[in-house]
Amino acid sequence: MESVTPVLGTGLFSLAWLLIAVPAASAAVLLLIGRAGDRWGHFLGTLAPVVSFVLGVVYFADLLGRDEAERAVHVPLYDWISSGTWNIGVGLQLDQLSIVFVLLITGVGSLIHVYSIGYMAHDPRRRRFFGFLNLFVAAMLLLVLADNYLVLFVGWEGVGLASYLLIGFWQERPSAATAAKKAFVVNRVGDLGMSIAIMLMLAAFSSSSFTDVNAGVGQLSTPLATTLGLLLLLGACGKSAQVPLQSWLLDAMEGPTPVSALIHAATMVTAGVYLIVRSHAIFTAGPAASIAVVVVGTVTLLFGAYIGCSKDDIKKVLAGSTMSQIGYMMLAAGIGPVGYAFAIFHLVTHGFFKANMFLGAGSVMHAMDDDVDMRHYGALARALPITFVTFAAGYLAIIGFPFFAGFYSKDHIIEAAFHASWVAGTCALIGAGVTAFYMTRLMLMTFAPGKRWREGVHPHESPLVMTVPLIVLGAASVVGGLLLNGWITEWLNPAVQGEAETEGLIHFTLIGGVTMLVVLAGIAVSFLFFGPQKVIPDVQPATRSPFVRAGRRDLYGDAFNEAVFMRPGIRMTNDLVRFDGAVVDGIANGTGTVISGFSSRLRRVQNGFVRSYALTMTAGAAVVGAIILLGRLG
Amino acid sequence: MGTIAAPTIGYALLLPFIVIFAAACVGILVEAIVPRDLRRAAQLLLAFVAVGVALVVTISNWSAGGDVVVGVASVAVDGPTSFIWTILLVFGAVSFGMFAERKVTAGVSAFAPMAAAVPGTVAEREAIEDRREHTEVLPLALFALSGMMLFPAANDLITMFVALEILSLPLYLLCGLARRRRLLSQEAAMKYFLLGALSSAFFLYGAALLYGYSGSFLLSGIDDAIRNGVAGTGPQGTGLLLAGMGLMAVGLLFKFGAVPFHSWTPDVYTGAPTPVTAFMAACTKIAAIGALMRVFYVALGSDRWDWQPLMAVVAIATMVVGSVLAITQTDVKRMLAYSSIAHAGFILTAFVGASQAATGAREGQLTSVSSVMFYLVAYGAATIGAFAIVTMVRDSTGEATQLSSWVGLGKRSPAVALVFSVFLLSFAGIPLTSGFIGKWSVFASAWSGGLHWLVVVAVVVSVVAAFFYIRVIVMMFFTDQPVEATGAGTAGAEVVRPGWTTLLAVGVGVAATVVFGIYPGPLLGLAQQASEFIR
Repeated sequence: MESVTPVLGTGLFSLAWLLIAVPAASAAVLLLIGRAGDRWGHFLGTLAPVVSFVLGVVYFADLLGRDEAERAVHVPLYDWISSGTWNIGVGLQLDQLSIVFVLLITGVGSLIHVYSIGYMAHDPRRRRFFGFLNLFVAAMLLLVLADNYLVLFVGWEGVGLASYLLIGFWQERPSAATAAKKAFVVNRVGDLGMSIAIMLMLAAFSSSSFTDVNAGVGQLSTPLATTLGLLLLLGACGKSAQVPLQSWLLDAMEGPTPVSALIHAATMVTAGVYLIVRSHAIFTAGPAASIAVVVVGTVTLLFGAYIGCSKDDIKKVLAGSTMSQIGYMMLAAGIGPVGYAFAIFHLVTHGFFKANMFLGAGSVMHAMDDDVDMRHYGALARALPITFVTFAAGYLAIIGFPFFAGFYSKDHIIEAAFHASWVAGTCALIGAGVTAFYMTRLMLMTFAPGKRWREGVHPHESPLVMTVPLIVLGAASVVGGLLLNGWITEWLNPAVQGEAETEGLIHFTLIGGVTMLVVLAGIAVSFLFFGPQKVIPDVQPATRSPFVRAGRRDLYGDAFNEAVFMRPGIRMTNDLVRFDGAVVDGIANGTGTVISGFSSRLRRVQNGFVRSYALTMTAGAAVVGAIILLGRLG
Repeated sequence: MGTIAAPTIGYALLLPFIVIFAAACVGILVEAIVPRDLRRAAQLLLAFVAVGVALVVTISNWSAGGDVVVGVASVAVDGPTSFIWTILLVFGAVSFGMFAERKVTAGVSAFAPMAAAVPGTVAEREAIEDRREHTEVLPLALFALSGMMLFPAANDLITMFVALEILSLPLYLLCGLARRRRLLSQEAAMKYFLLGALSSAFFLYGAALLYGYSGSFLLSGIDDAIRNGVAGTGPQGTGLLLAGMGLMAVGLLFKFGAVPFHSWTPDVYTGAPTPVTAFMAACTKIAAIGALMRVFYVALGSDRWDWQPLMAVVAIATMVVGSVLAITQTDVKRMLAYSSIAHAGFILTAFVGASQAATGAREGQLTSVSSVMFYLVAYGAATIGAFAIVTMVRDSTGEATQLSSWVGLGKRSPAVALVFSVFLLSFAGIPLTSGFIGKWSVFASAWSGGLHWLVVVAVVVSVVAAFFYIRVIVMMFFTDQPVEATGAGTAGAEVVRPGWTTLLAVGVGVAATVVFGIYPGPLLGLAQQASEFIR
């Protein structure tokens, strides 16, 4: 297959930067204006992604009307770094892939903004919240619209920063502050991979643009291409919460619920999948890296499902399921050309139903005085009818119930996985069963009869401003798959050089049938344990089972991080501080200096520090000599 | 007997240095002649006019082009020299603006009224009541600036040593002149002086040994000796070369603030009056890395296999120690001091890479020198701006340098906190700031120099470093209670509105940080033109 050369964007397309500029400008206004904007800030904040969405639709319509060869539009903005061999321009690339993302980000994003008007109504800092949301959307749009890796990286960092601000939005809670910090640090580990990968690209191709990299990667040696792919995978793991960089996602639930919806459905975690699909040429040139992507995706999809089974916190169950679903997407992306379009397809439908369910969970929490423990729920179907119906639509979509959105997108991935390798296929199949189990458990514990409410809780349906987005997303969870199935693979294939096949709306294969059976088994088991007749204990029962314990502790992700990174890090800091005397030494400590006499200070000077500094210097000089000599010998 | 030819000096090319040096001398006369109440104005006028003239001459010489060795082969006026002179003069002028500040300190300058008086004595109290001030600070700073200009331009080791002393001695003095916290200030000056003297000794010894090896103080002469060999270059000769190289490295790395020769930095940066700290942190670093590169590229470049491993180790130690220790600091100035150490480490990565035309860099590629130059602009602008903000954030005891008193500053003074955040983000190397481009260029030139593993380490460390900068932003904007209160000074600090000269320093810092982050092309191009030292 030939790579597509983008055509130059003219006319309307030369204004494509507005897509990003509108939410960015709105964020700037909201964050800088101060209290004056408290009364209308949320409306401006909501308007911004809507404007971007409308623009996105216009561009989408334009691209639809074009010939297939002209659907990739390149909009150069200006020269960013131009020095000799390097020439990095700031430019945007609108093609089949990025426009799908634009529509998802701004579409689902807009709904989340609308919902937040109601959800955050009583928060004194609602205006700032909308500012951060806008910033998030703008950064994510820059990420998917960039025409080269370095500009993509700017958006990448922006997303990290915005997520940090939003996860820690309720900073008065120490757990939120810690979670934000953790998300930031873990993401920086992923960024590490990204920055080194970009450095490699600049060294190898003297450019970081998608076009040049795609064109040049074919001539690269396989080990180098593999390294490049693995580094990008590291970046993708950080952003998309894939094993081993998954630990931040569960803690990120500390943020307000609309933030979780935005992170999980429309922005952030999808960035990793986007990166892999966008870098398809690199993964084609380095097949070992593709295998690594498959492994990471498969491990994560099971890992997330496992965690989803063992949590009582409704948001954490959903977070586990996000990890798991993104794992499916990674798996599809790792399979290669036959999987790319399916990965994006699932990403889009997942965007619908996961945003739907997160916002639904927010609605439930709203009704239950911000309680997140499902053991305190029960019998909410009657109290929250709209939430229940829309949530059920999301539920049926995620477990892959026939004709719901997830049915189409997930089955394709499972089938493709079986064609690629039976191990991955089997794991994906098991994952589907487990997903059915824990999602059914969630539904039963939350909505099935049997009140376990705390005292003084009077559930009530949320206001219209919150339920309307739920209804829209619920509808999308139902029909999203049907509408996209016949079209999206053909639309995406040219942009990602994919070979995904378009399946009919009704097609039954052996694998599809088996999947259905496994899903039904999962539901049945769930009913067996958590059915309406079962008594669900009010507190999490103590258990000796190592498997349950492992799940409750996020499969020891934190323990691992702590043992491998944190403790040695802290020890190193302490040792360095002690060695350097950085805190206790000298003058910074001198609280009482002005009071104590000069002579005593002088004595102190002469008695200790300068001498020890000089000693350090002399020792340093000795080390310098030693290294030079060692260099000679070696 | 042959005739004695008159030495050619090349006054026109040396003019910027001469102007600054002469202005410093005139400044001393002003101190002696002009009445007290006019002195401040006269000194300021003199300093700014001198810097302005020097800047114009530098740029016009630069645009006329040509790399020449002038002053009887003792000064090299080439691309890097012109670039360094330009940024030294700009940053110098901006720091002098901070020297002139009197508004934040209730009508007096940041400097001691009578430096010679013992703190707490009657003499000092009288001087304070008289509202006296030392206007000598400006001539002193001009002397230091002239030394900084000569230091990276020197073409032989003796001139370089003289420049080192010209730049150091006034700085020792300036460090001891803080109005508040006099004892800390004097202690800092003392330490800086003693350790500086030690490092000068190292430098001089190294120069002597290199002379012993090559029979020349000229950088090109040393290079010649290494390339072609000299009589008696046996094991003994090599020993002289290696020892000289090591000792020179110690002397230069001390001024640059690299680990393990950094221990003075936090104390001196904290104790010195903040305008002086800004001046030192920006300009001394620029001069020191300029000289370091000139010596090691021009004189010792042919023997780089011997010093590259050493410098790589130093670079890593510097990055790691600076970044890690910055995390534990509770004082803003001290944190910025460790941060400057960390940045020294990042700059050293490009230096170690030694990706120059002489070492096989491709035509048009970003060389080590040009990437370092760009980094210096980014670092200098953010540093001066950040210290300018430090002078503005005050409580009853003067500058509120305890980090705990910066908590919640974003609520009380959003604009100042925002600007400070811009500087911190630039230090952290977040995209759309000049710090990001700077980090990229130094890492890239280290990469093309073949030091891939060093770049990987540097990227890892920059992740750690980003953490403590972001932490300060969080403290300013998102923390309500003083969570990490440590002892005194936990009361919230207020921002005092400064005079326009300090605002200028902040403005220049922000403008450079943002503009060169979004549109770095022209500056990178300029740095690239100035990428090669003359031999």
